[in-house]
Amino acid sequence: MSNNNSYLSNYFHKNGRALGSIGYFVLLMVIFLIGAPEAWIRPNLHQSVFVMMPTLIFLTIPLVFLVASGEIDLSFASTYAVAAYVFALLVKNGVDPAICFVLGVFTGAAIGALVGTLIVVFRLSSLVASLGVLFLLRGVILLLTNSRSITIMEIENHWIYPLLVGNFYGFPMQIFWAAIFVIFCYYFFNKHVFGIHIQHVGDNSVSAEQMGINVNAVKIKAFMFVGIGAAIGGIFTTMITYTFFPTQGFGYLLLALAAVFVGGTPYWGGLGTIIGAVFGVGIIAYMEIGIIAIGWSGEWRQFFNGLIILLALLGHRLHGERVR
Amino acid sequence: MENIIELNNVTKRFGGITALNKASLKVTKGEVVGLIGDNGAGKSTLIKTLVGVYSPDEGDILIRGEKVSSWNALKARESGIETVFQDRALTPQQSIVKNIFMGKELRYPFGFIKEKEQIFEANRLIREIGFTSKLINAESPVGNLSGGERQGVAIARAIYNKAELIVLDEPTNNLSLNETQKVFDFVLNVKKTNRSVLFIGHNIYHVYDISDRFVILDRGEVVHKLNKNDISTPEELMKIMRDTIRTH
Repeated sequence: MSNNNSYLSNYFHKNGRALGSIGYFVLLMVIFLIGAPEAWIRPNLHQSVFVMMPTLIFLTIPLVFLVASGEIDLSFASTYAVAAYVFALLVKNGVDPAICFVLGVFTGAAIGALVGTLIVVFRLSSLVASLGVLFLLRGVILLLTNSRSITIMEIENHWIYPLLVGNFYGFPMQIFWAAIFVIFCYYFFNKHVFGIHIQHVGDNSVSAEQMGINVNAVKIKAFMFVGIGAAIGGIFTTMITYTFFPTQGFGYLLLALAAVFVGGTPYWGGLGTIIGAVFGVGIIAYMEIGIIAIGWSGEWRQFFNGLIILLALLGHRLHGERVR
Repeated sequence: MENIIELNNVTKRFGGITALNKASLKVTKGEVVGLIGDNGAGKSTLIKTLVGVYSPDEGDILIRGEKVSSWNALKARESGIETVFQDRALTPQQSIVKNIFMGKELRYPFGFIKEKEQIFEANRLIREIGFTSKLINAESPVGNLSGGERQGVAIARAIYNKAELIVLDEPTNNLSLNETQKVFDFVLNVKKTNRSVLFIGHNIYHVYDISDRFVILDRGEVVHKLNKNDISTPEELMKIMRDTIRTH
């Protein structure tokens, strides 16, 4: 009996936060279904969500790694645009789009590495420093582009377009890529040295250092991963709309952060849940689109987003405070 | 006798403060060395330099007679030195198994972790060090454990890695009598297998009981070294310590 108890309590310690956010997601679906059944049954509601979710997943999941490492990054919303800009500019100049994609992702990683190094080496507050980078990079883009967008219709004829964002029996391809990304990240976070070291570092960086883990390197890699995710999200969105907008990504800043925390990853580091974050993304995406779909005015959207975040946080309190 | 580790004239400064001044220390195979000194004597700095958490500003570190160039915690562990730190160096939100293998995970190629093997080994280890509660297994979070049990996890980590030298920094602090005895048994076991222990403590009685040799530290300097044969009681050791510190 006591053995069962220990397995049960270990199970909840490990999975409680993910289960919590799955619970909120189901609850939200039930509320929608009861509140507006005819809107919920219409397939275009879910199609819109499916278009939005992959981008949000590429942004949110790497943030789980970073938050679990005890840091935060806001600059990803601008990295998203810088990577997309590099991609669009190179495509426009006749470079092979596959190479542009790789270079765009590389740009994201490089920005992440720079932001991470800046924060780790100079021991800056990641919240404030990345806020600075967020504005700085956005400013750079606006200056470089003169606030003009870039259209890249030519990409449609390249093999990379159907492969990444084409249509597969009615489903947008980016859903499959996002799903692969989630599975990869699940193992990367839970079963790989990288994820395990991130959890140790975020939990107690002094202990991690004493055990020979290179704390700074782990944190910089986590920032790089956020940059890579933001770059993929930005390039995918640019491909889907055939257009790079200098303001793109800004709208995702708060949504991606909300998805991380609604998904059950606590702010204090050491813990994180990939599955929870996926459902966090689901909750945020359905809120964004669902409110409109059931015929309420857009003004309600922010109100309910706020309500959901607060309720989710209160709910996740059930998993207890930080153990020391 | 082979020296496992040797520190020669090691100096460590923090800003303008010299925490360690030309300190020399060696540990040979199979011996238990007791490092004693008052609070602020530099015991922790010496230990953290020895195990690679701090790198020395001056002086040499030799591993089995060979000088090492850059010294860090990972290198120390790879050289067969495991440390049970005063603060236990645990991550309380993580499971026991993750803590035991922290920094030295059992890996498949490409860095994926041998989870099942780790859990099996961790369950074996926590039984070996005497965890009897059925409520605790390898996947329980460390945060749910008592002080003595946490110490047990830190020791289990050192056992698993089959270190040649185990550094115990104030291992009996905040432990019950029973738990203290367990630590002593552990040290004797290590010695029996011809491995070495560096035992740091400010409880002279504990250090006296367990050590073959004593090193007294004061204000960052090694002020006295003596063998257990040179003295007959812990009181004598305490007197020597008091005298050396006073005259120093």
